[in-house]
Amino acid sequence: MYGLNLGSVYALTALGYTMVYGIIRMINFAHGDFIMVGGFTLFYTIPVMNSLGLPPWFAVFAAIIVCVFVGVLTEQIAYKPVRGQSSTTALITALGMSLVLENGALVLFGSSPRNVPPMFSLPTITLFGASVSGQTLLTLGIGIIVMLVLSLFIKYTKLGKAMRAVPEDKTASTLVGINVNKIITITFAIGSGLAAVASMMYTTSYVSIKNELGITLGLKAFVAAVFGGIGSVTGAMAGGLLLGIIENLVKVYMLPGAYEAVTYMILIIVLLVRPTGLFGKAVSEKV
Amino acid sequence: MPGIMKKRYLITFASVVLLFLLLCLLFDAGLLGRRSDYFNGLLTVGMFYIIVVCSLNLLTGYMGEFSLGQAGFMAIGAYSSAIVTTLISDAVSLPAIVLYLIAVIVGALVSAVIGLLVGIPALRLSGDYLCIVTVAVAEIVRVILSNVGIPAITGSATFGKSFAGIAHVSDYHYVYITTVICVAVMYCYIRSRYGRALIAIREDRIAAAASGINVTRTKVLTFTISAAFAGIAGAVYAHYITTLVPTYFNFSKSSEFLAIVILGGSGSMTGSVVAALILSALPQLISYVVPAFVSYRMLIYAVILVVVMIFRPGGLFGRREFSMAGTLEKLTSRRKQQAA
Repeated sequence: MYGLNLGSVYALTALGYTMVYGIIRMINFAHGDFIMVGGFTLFYTIPVMNSLGLPPWFAVFAAIIVCVFVGVLTEQIAYKPVRGQSSTTALITALGMSLVLENGALVLFGSSPRNVPPMFSLPTITLFGASVSGQTLLTLGIGIIVMLVLSLFIKYTKLGKAMRAVPEDKTASTLVGINVNKIITITFAIGSGLAAVASMMYTTSYVSIKNELGITLGLKAFVAAVFGGIGSVTGAMAGGLLLGIIENLVKVYMLPGAYEAVTYMILIIVLLVRPTGLFGKAVSEKV
Repeated sequence: MPGIMKKRYLITFASVVLLFLLLCLLFDAGLLGRRSDYFNGLLTVGMFYIIVVCSLNLLTGYMGEFSLGQAGFMAIGAYSSAIVTTLISDAVSLPAIVLYLIAVIVGALVSAVIGLLVGIPALRLSGDYLCIVTVAVAEIVRVILSNVGIPAITGSATFGKSFAGIAHVSDYHYVYITTVICVAVMYCYIRSRYGRALIAIREDRIAAAASGINVTRTKVLTFTISAAFAGIAGAVYAHYITTLVPTYFNFSKSSEFLAIVILGGSGSMTGSVVAALILSALPQLISYVVPAFVSYRMLIYAVILVVVMIFRPGGLFGRREFSMAGTLEKLTSRRKQQAA
């Protein structure tokens, strides 16, 4: 059950990766760091919310605003200028931005971990004979709602259709009147907003945050995204949940210390056997 | 032409020797006084940075693929060589140079074997996916090293999470010679038939395959060679620092190496050498004067990296190449070209 909790955090993070990768074919290494930014925003705004007499989870809105701001800023300053360049350049830029955020946080907040005050006090519920913490249910619920909303949004709204059109053919999208740059910026905004939600879920279950949390979380969420099939919303969700459960099972029943190695083994095997993931579309190479 | 080539080789060789003598003068004759040890250390660190960064450049610059796992291969080289030398030095006492040679060879071999085993399946992938696989491999290595304690075989070293008491045999004389040889070998590899095939693959894989290049074999060979040199760097590091901690070889270290390659210019050995030396030593030197600089170091790197990517995506040196082993050689060959 704890695995589900972890899995939903991975799933939401993986969603952010998948959205960005799906649209501009770039691994946004900085995505994990957006979550770190969200975590720190929560850390600083929850006391403010408490003193204002508002429920503490209102801090999430502050986190969303900050994350979207940071995400769009990152995209505008760093990613936009290199968009025409090779994928190599984009990858390095993303890595660079990740390092900027991580070390910026180190300079600003120091290296000691902080404890985020609790946002919810939920009872443990007994479900089918198994006791489930309210936290887990909430995390899972938010994850599923976000995924549903996102799938519907991508499938039916005009904006969502445009978001699907851009990766198919950039030039043709421009021809039919889609503002490609705007779509990419919006995608980043949504992705970063998801990062804020993920940071809320992360902090409710793990409490302690650090400037380095983005790297490992980001890497694993990327594994989840690849596992599920990168570019696919359902895939990201399923991959994240599966990964969380597998990691937890390995941790509890097999190798408590080396569960991370298993995660990465899964990634390697998936990439070698089925590079498109569980739900991915196969794209043949063009000459 | 052969005469000019011979002359160039001679000049390069002479400048390498001259640099070596200069270093000997600085450190052995104690011209730097009591700070000599400090600078000596900086230089040794700079040297293994050069080796590992150049090895990464083989992949990034010439094969056109990314590896964010070079620290993993370095870790393999470091640990394997340290285990072997510790075992040997407990059994028999050998002169430092022999122990050092054994360390370097073991590091290179073990790392190469692992590189081969990883490379054969992994190099079917390319681009982002390959990059992620290298991250995964390095993380697996790190996690295994952090969790699987090697049982204490002898009394003189403690095995396990951190590994202390490794013989300190990475003397800068040896390290200097090793670095020169490593860089020279990598440079020759790039200039060889295989290197040219590699560059052809980078430019157009399908065209290269059509003109009879065995793409997979060339890629796997390069990956293995790169891993071997990373292993050598690891061995040098282990026998310089004498205490190994698995967390040193983490994702950040790999990205630092990649950042150095890119900043120097992927596809330029000169760029790698210069960037590795400057970026490994400069932060230390600055923090020697301004202690607060340490916490800003990686932030400044990262900002520079992004700025370089936006304004000069080829890195400082682009793909230009001057001569074998560094700035001095670069300058001499330049003057020579002007004179000719």
